[in-house]
Amino acid sequence: MNNQLILDQVTVKYGAIPAVSDATFSLVEGEIGCLLGPSGCGKTTLLRAIAGFEPVSTGSISLHGEFISTPRNTKAPEDRAVGMVFQDFALFPHLNVNKNIGFGLSNLSGAEKNLRITEMLELVGLTSVAERFPHELSGGQRQRIALARALAPSPQILLLDEPFSNLDAELRTQLAAEVRSLLKKNKVTALMVTHDQDEAFAMADKIALLNAGNIVQVDTPYKLYHKPGSLFAADFIGKGAVINVGIDAAGLLGNNLGSLSLNTLPEDFGNTVKLLVRPDDIAYDDTSDTKLEIVSKSFLGPNYLYELALNDGQLVPCLTHSHVDIAVGDELPVQFDLRHVVIFNPD
Amino acid sequence: MSAMSSTEQPTGRRWRASLFIVTAVIALPILVIFASLLLPFSTAWQHLFETVLTDYVTNSLILMIGVGFGTLLLGVSAAWLTGMCDFPGRKILSWAFLLPMAMPAYIIAYTYTGILDFSGPIQNSLRGIFDWQYGDYYFPQVRSLSGAICMLSLVLYPYVYMLVRVAFIEQSTAVLEASRNLGKRPWETLFQVAIPMARPAIVAGVSLALMETLADYGTVAYFGVNAFTTGIFRTWYGLGDLTTAAQLCAFLMLFVFALILAERWSRQRLRFHHDSAQKKMARMQLKGWRAILALSIGILIVSLGFIIPAGQLALWAATRIQENLNANFLSLLFNSFALASLASLCCLIIAIFLAYTKRVFNSRIELGAVGVASLGYAVPGTVIAVGVLIPVAWLDNQIDFLSKAWFNYPTGLLLSGTIGILVFAYVIRFLSVALNTVDSGLTAIKPSIDESARSLGATPVRVLSRVHLPILRTSLLTALLLVFVEVLKELPTTLILRPFNFNTLAVRTYELASDERLIDAALPALAIVIIGLLPVLLITKSILNERSTNE
Repeated sequence: MNNQLILDQVTVKYGAIPAVSDATFSLVEGEIGCLLGPSGCGKTTLLRAIAGFEPVSTGSISLHGEFISTPRNTKAPEDRAVGMVFQDFALFPHLNVNKNIGFGLSNLSGAEKNLRITEMLELVGLTSVAERFPHELSGGQRQRIALARALAPSPQILLLDEPFSNLDAELRTQLAAEVRSLLKKNKVTALMVTHDQDEAFAMADKIALLNAGNIVQVDTPYKLYHKPGSLFAADFIGKGAVINVGIDAAGLLGNNLGSLSLNTLPEDFGNTVKLLVRPDDIAYDDTSDTKLEIVSKSFLGPNYLYELALNDGQLVPCLTHSHVDIAVGDELPVQFDLRHVVIFNPD
Repeated sequence: MSAMSSTEQPTGRRWRASLFIVTAVIALPILVIFASLLLPFSTAWQHLFETVLTDYVTNSLILMIGVGFGTLLLGVSAAWLTGMCDFPGRKILSWAFLLPMAMPAYIIAYTYTGILDFSGPIQNSLRGIFDWQYGDYYFPQVRSLSGAICMLSLVLYPYVYMLVRVAFIEQSTAVLEASRNLGKRPWETLFQVAIPMARPAIVAGVSLALMETLADYGTVAYFGVNAFTTGIFRTWYGLGDLTTAAQLCAFLMLFVFALILAERWSRQRLRFHHDSAQKKMARMQLKGWRAILALSIGILIVSLGFIIPAGQLALWAATRIQENLNANFLSLLFNSFALASLASLCCLIIAIFLAYTKRVFNSRIELGAVGVASLGYAVPGTVIAVGVLIPVAWLDNQIDFLSKAWFNYPTGLLLSGTIGILVFAYVIRFLSVALNTVDSGLTAIKPSIDESARSLGATPVRVLSRVHLPILRTSLLTALLLVFVEVLKELPTTLILRPFNFNTLAVRTYELASDERLIDAALPALAIVIIGLLPVLLITKSILNERSTNE
């Protein structure tokens, strides 16, 4: 399969300050990618560079085998086959839904244009609102019309800038799943930007995690969660605690945490390691002799999330069924299940 | 319903009663104008039909179309250049575009007459250079309908400019980017997205400019154009027929109401066009010849609308400063200032009352009453003057009659021709200026602020003095200033209602200019323009503030 989008060591600067440095990332045809990171990490800047709104100062961006952005040449936004769904949807308030969708189809004849508009409305399941104006639509409808408008000219790639952030929480997850299946069914290559990992996990095949203008890790959602490559990734993705633990040459951990198989360890680990413990790495087991003091707990509906103190006072999370209800200050019997534990050298 | 819906509460009832009395008194002149339609149409109408009525209607229409087009062109270009583009000089231009607001139309009209007339400097030097004689060349006649269109457009475009500029700046950049993203070039984006989206602001701005056009008396009268306002003057002063004048006013009001509806409608539409979170400005950088062209267009507009006429006025005023800066001029200044201060204070007091009424009673009837009381901004001064004149003259006659009957003492015209009546007319005309300012200041004080002050133990009086007044102070001062300047510039109302031999800057300017004493008229005219700059500076300040929050 061919790479549809290639970012090769792209740097984008605002004035003298680089907003993104040396970003390298690619998507094959039909793949859905995601730029994930905290606000201000440069993810939106990178998306805007792909759309042609920001020039690159080093590196290159190519789309479908053609360079669209190099330091010397930035192809105008209107000349690149890039569709974009904006954060606030940016529907034209003075045009109705039909005309919004038809806006980018000026090269088609009247009949072809109408056909395409109907096709797009059917695609997003909103044929009934064709004559309405944007302010007469609900948030979710606007989002889908924005999607239809961006897809109407059949772009080589679809960019989505925080596409769900203007919607309420309930609608968000539902729409994310819908949009993903719609894009997959139509084999659309897409790249979205978000700060919300749940959205990223729900939508993307491949996630680039950004921190302070750098791509720190590119991986599948599964690997990003379970194999974070850095403290930042471990901290940003999912819940968990990073603790300092002593370790001996045989792989035996301090704090009675059990042992680690040595082949999962880096070669030159020292006397202590930083250990990422996810809530699902510590399991409740009422037959266990290992008992930890409960510092706090919160009720999540199906689960309790306990915060437990190790012997040396460091805190770790533990997720149990919500039927396991033990008071704060008492002890919880647990079993360490360190299969997913990620180890960082304390360098 | 309302915070004070219990009608048993005596304060609430008294408050409401005062509201309806104030509204009724303010609405009275306009009601009188419409009531005049019920009176029999005099033989003067026959005369009007046969002679000038068609002229009034067609000229006023042509004037509106011309000024509408002119202000649209100038206002939108200025707004586009300073709102969406960037080039050297943009920041200075963005406030300089407002300068023509300080120039009343009748003043720019007579100034350009002086500059462009046969004996003026331009034609003189043309004849000198090419050795032409009278009749050898074509030169456009300033004192004409098209001249009036140009003059009014040059000073009224800032209404369009201000509203459209804000509309452009507040337009989501994302929407413009979406257009680029969907394959449209920058120019296509301007005409297919940016301007259509600013349509409500354009309509609102042009409506305001056209209201001023309909209200204009000085320019059309000076240029000898037969429009509605000159017709009303002529019917009243020439034919002495007040009823017919009032009936003419009523027909003029039909045009005005069309404009009010257009303006209100477009302000409602404006709401739909503001739902964007992303407003980071990305101005189009103009370079090279484009930057020079943009700057030249800007300088041209500002020069024609302000720098050239103001400069000419200053020159004229300087040549006669010795003779004209005398006790007479000082008494003009004093009269104008006293009148304007009195009127602006009255406006402010009533505006505060109405603004609080809106805040306390939130129900339809009270809001409607406040709305009626603030309709005056759209009503031409001529109409208000005639509307005030009729009931006051009636009242004078009644008093005179009763006095004669009871005390055998004729009072004559007790109220007509007093300062009080003039101030009353100003209040009707300019109340909305004060009300809008006070109201927007007051809406900035959220009800929760009152509630928190009350819960901290403050009495309502203390809330007013310790919380509201300090917050409102700027709005109140602004309201005073705006009304002050409007009154100072107002010509037709003053002309009709002023006490005998009572002169103001505006009236004196107009009289001298009408007597072809253009150079002598320059000093009072310049005084009006300089004072007129004050509100422009205020608006400029708010524009600068808005920029610092936007960038």
